[in-house]
Amino acid sequence: MRLRLEARPAPSRAMLWLSPLLAALLAAVGGGVVFALLGHDPLVALGTLFLAPLSTLDGLTELGLKATPLLLCAIGIAVGVRANVWNIGAEGQLTMGAIAGGGIALAFGGEGRWWVLPLMLLAGAAGGAAWAAMPALLKTRFNAHEILTTLMLSYVAIQLLGWLVHGPWIDPEGFNFPQTRMFDDDALLPVLVEGSRLNAGFLLALLAVPLAWLLLSRTVTGFRLRTVGQAPEAARYAGFSATGAVWFSLVLSGALAGLAGVLEAAGPVGQLQPVMSPGYGFAAIIVAFMGRLHPFGILGASFLMALLYLGGEQLQVSLQLPIAVIGTIQGMLLFFLLGADVFIDQRLVVVRDARHA
Amino acid sequence: MPGMPDAFALVALLVATLRAATPLLLAGFGELVAERAGVLNLGVEGMMLVGAAAGFIATASTGNPLLGLAVAALAGALMALLFGVLTLTLRANQVACGLALTIFGVGLSALIGLPWQGTPITGLATVIWPNLDAAGPLAQQFMLLDPVVWLALATPALVGAFLYRTRRGLVVRAVGESHDVAHALGYSVLRVRYAAVVFGGAMAGLAGAYLSLVYTPMWTENMVAGRGWIALALVVFSAWKPAWLALGAVLFGLVTIAQFHAGAFGLDVSPHLLSMLPYLATVVVLVLISRDATRLKLNAPAALGKPFGAAG
Amino acid sequence: MSSGVAVSLPRGVLPPRLSLFGISKRYGAMLANDAVALNVAPGEIHALLGENGAGKSTLMKIVYGVIAPDAGEIAWEGETVQVADPNAARALGIGMVFQHFSLFETLTVAENIALGLGSRQGLAALTAEIRRTAAQYGLAVEPGRHVHHLSVGERQRVEILRCLLQRPKLLIMDEPTSVLMPQEADGLFVMLRRLAAEGCSVLYISHKLEEIRALCTAATVLRAGRVVARCDPRVETAESLAEMMMGGALARTHRPPAHAAGAPCLVVNRLTLPAGEPFGTTLRGIALELRAGEILGIAGVAGNGQKELLAALAGERRSAPGAVLLEGRPVGALGPAARRARGLAFIPEERLGRGAVAEYSLAENALLTRVDGVTAPRGLLDMRAVNALAARLIARFGVRCSGIAAQGRSLSGGNMQKFIVGREIDAGPRVLLAAHPTWGVDIGAALAIRQDLMDLAAAGAGVLVVSEDLDELLEIADRIAVLSGGRLSPPMPVAEATVERIGLLMGGAERMVHAPAA
Repeated sequence: MRLRLEARPAPSRAMLWLSPLLAALLAAVGGGVVFALLGHDPLVALGTLFLAPLSTLDGLTELGLKATPLLLCAIGIAVGVRANVWNIGAEGQLTMGAIAGGGIALAFGGEGRWWVLPLMLLAGAAGGAAWAAMPALLKTRFNAHEILTTLMLSYVAIQLLGWLVHGPWIDPEGFNFPQTRMFDDDALLPVLVEGSRLNAGFLLALLAVPLAWLLLSRTVTGFRLRTVGQAPEAARYAGFSATGAVWFSLVLSGALAGLAGVLEAAGPVGQLQPVMSPGYGFAAIIVAFMGRLHPFGILGASFLMALLYLGGEQLQVSLQLPIAVIGTIQGMLLFFLLGADVFIDQRLVVVRDARHA
Repeated sequence: MPGMPDAFALVALLVATLRAATPLLLAGFGELVAERAGVLNLGVEGMMLVGAAAGFIATASTGNPLLGLAVAALAGALMALLFGVLTLTLRANQVACGLALTIFGVGLSALIGLPWQGTPITGLATVIWPNLDAAGPLAQQFMLLDPVVWLALATPALVGAFLYRTRRGLVVRAVGESHDVAHALGYSVLRVRYAAVVFGGAMAGLAGAYLSLVYTPMWTENMVAGRGWIALALVVFSAWKPAWLALGAVLFGLVTIAQFHAGAFGLDVSPHLLSMLPYLATVVVLVLISRDATRLKLNAPAALGKPFGAAG
Repeated sequence: MSSGVAVSLPRGVLPPRLSLFGISKRYGAMLANDAVALNVAPGEIHALLGENGAGKSTLMKIVYGVIAPDAGEIAWEGETVQVADPNAARALGIGMVFQHFSLFETLTVAENIALGLGSRQGLAALTAEIRRTAAQYGLAVEPGRHVHHLSVGERQRVEILRCLLQRPKLLIMDEPTSVLMPQEADGLFVMLRRLAAEGCSVLYISHKLEEIRALCTAATVLRAGRVVARCDPRVETAESLAEMMMGGALARTHRPPAHAAGAPCLVVNRLTLPAGEPFGTTLRGIALELRAGEILGIAGVAGNGQKELLAALAGERRSAPGAVLLEGRPVGALGPAARRARGLAFIPEERLGRGAVAEYSLAENALLTRVDGVTAPRGLLDMRAVNALAARLIARFGVRCSGIAAQGRSLSGGNMQKFIVGREIDAGPRVLLAAHPTWGVDIGAALAIRQDLMDLAAAGAGVLVVSEDLDELLEIADRIAVLSGGRLSPPMPVAEATVERIGLLMGGAERMVHAPAA
């Protein structure tokens, strides 16, 4: 008698949605083990991580704030993965969005200029899109794989931001701190809840969810993208352009990540700093998979990931735990998810070996 | 001797290049073997980081850098084993699992390495050559290289001989070419792939430890800084051929060194812009090499990245 | 069950070389083998006969240890054995020549053989031995060449050599002539007879009745996974064998009344196209004219440019605009979607992954080639229209499935193919291209598909069928041309086409076609 994986006749819909929950649960258990190893009561630590942030209005608004960039980046990544285009450089596109939008704020910011903020958002999206267009060009024209190029360009973007805030864009009155001057009020996003940092960017991110769903499920463009991703030979047979899918998904995901970047700059940060994101662009890969590459699933997953970030900060403050714990739990989360996902298409069966019967 | 300083500087540059190329050689050849067996492991960066942290901790706590290297190789191998269970036994998507391995490795290494930030260690001693004093100053520079560099320099020949001159190497290539045929002929595809993946992990761990034990030597978060990804790109660049991979690694060693030595050449450029060099060079190399799609297709292991599931 | 002596025999009689008892294997809902029993005597050429999907290949993979049976026993020379894997099979003395997936393209002949032998012998010594054995059995191959340079026939010789070098006592051959030109098959038979005379048993899997009658001395007939007959094929007729295989009289397609061929609807002018991928075939000066109302068959051994020709006709590969004319208009530079919009439809060889997406529902699969103003007005999908289309295809073409939401992969090969054929025919094409339309589908579905193609032609469309199955082309085509080495012969009326004549053309004897029939 032994165990064997066997293909299910049809994918299990139950496992499709159970799998992320199972993964979250297992990652929580794994996190508990890590806390215990670090010499903390796992229950107290897990409570601080997952429950404490949800108990105050302040925590809830911060949750929305952190979910915003994750949601935008993850939707873009998911559209790409559906088309079998792996944009793992959202971090860099986010950075370029912040640079482009921030550049507008620094150049044109001033009193009574209502048009600065919309222009910043456009520039941010365009900056991210342009940064992602490079891998698209390299892929379609020169066949260079986007996983490596998007990632390499992320490192380049981060260095570019470092150069700007250390050099040409440094705040002349900032005591040589590597950062730009604070943006003017007109270059900042309006706050949604008085006294919190939650801003209008959150609404933009929420709006992206149904739009992405409509794109993927109800348009010919989305059908083409999915077919190119799912069965490239079938797409070629049907006459759906693979090149078009690469361009579309990379530019779209770059624009969304760039928007996320400028929302950070014009929102909670209010200026440009050497690091604009604590790894949102990478964490969004996990969010995209947690959310089943489905816009509404990603909405839920982005809040879970935001909670992880927020709880991590709380852990740092109240238990002096390193923020690196969060990275470990993120990694575990994705591992458990991918492991559990195997059982969507397959199931474990007990086989009795005929020859030993 | 007026020509002497120039020759000396040149040799110094060569030695520095070899040192910078060492982690790329180790990690690159580990990945080359895994890919020749048909497994695409994008987790090289994560395995290197965990190797770097684990190796550093072992060395700092025992004072024995050789033990540190062994622990690093083991840590990398364990990470690879995790990847193997997911992608080989459970047949999960290799691309996604490789990304997960890197994300996990970044977090885990930061966590375990945190208490050790800033701890000083004694790095690896160089090979003790007889007659060191008798040798000329040029030869001395080579003789002062540490053993890992020598190991890395031997790797291309060793891996090349394994792949093309041994029966086991032939089986590895065969499994990467077509797992179905290999299975039909009675080879255990999974066993071969596990071995190749674990070897790749051990090599990546070693490569990471070289950075934290010898090259730097210290532990800082995320200190691998994309070298794992560059190693991956080099494997593509090499079209899965050992000689080209060796050449590519040395070339990138040179690029890395160039950024540190730009000042010496009288260039006044921001370190941020110079830091872009290896990444931009990777993109350029990828573009140059991938342009010829037919060549890549012809040389890439045909079963690369495809899950294998035997019926019955 | 007692093991050890599995068969009781009179003293002095040799036990069968191979005996199978009650072998069963289930795949999901399908019983591929159902309590199969079989005996092969030493030195016997034993036919395993059955339609596509009857369970022949599954049974042979069990004997060779590639897959494990759910139940049953295998006896080798009278002793019960466990064939855990192909190594165990080879250790017993079983060799197998596979129909598909059996050589490593990028390795050399010698390396391929070395991998199959499992011996520690050096490559140089092995190369010498390969040459010796090759000469002994008249199997010409060059050990140092890479497999991707070899023709299909040469590849088969490599596989046979790989088996022969192990001095097998039983050689399993899975549909060996399906990839050979008729004249190559004769050479194979000579070699097999010599092998049998030396005492090696041969298990010969095929559904080609004439060659079984000519070659084999015993036969076991499988139908739907069960043994339905055992016989001596030499005393049977092709008709009686066919009846055993299919369980009843052979159904035939109904050929619509003869009609005059219409105007040319698809014309190819001197199309030359370099191979698009490694190991591909270059098309050289292809000229053809497909007329409305006819079925034009393209015969030939796979790998002679079939894929490339179809890609060029369907628009997956572009050419000069005037190289391909669809109803008189140049379409050579247009892509598949644009050609489809002008009345061209295409049934590709691969069903799942190309003609249909395994993970898509039948509704989405219907949409694959039917994105138009009805299913997707202004770029937005009208799911009601898409569902209606899928439901219509299922009903009209008798596709057995659980409904429009059924995933592509849940359908049997035959039903998936009926759906794809139906989808393309339902589009009302002026020209239909069909690649190996009945490959690997059950006999009922094959019959239905051939009838659909003939009806479409009768309704006035031009149909071009590429197939390796000569019998199929002779049954449904009006004219037949042969593709060989990237060149297309001029077509001949089916009445003038004989197996011998087509065989010569497959071998590249182009000039022969113009010679008057003797």
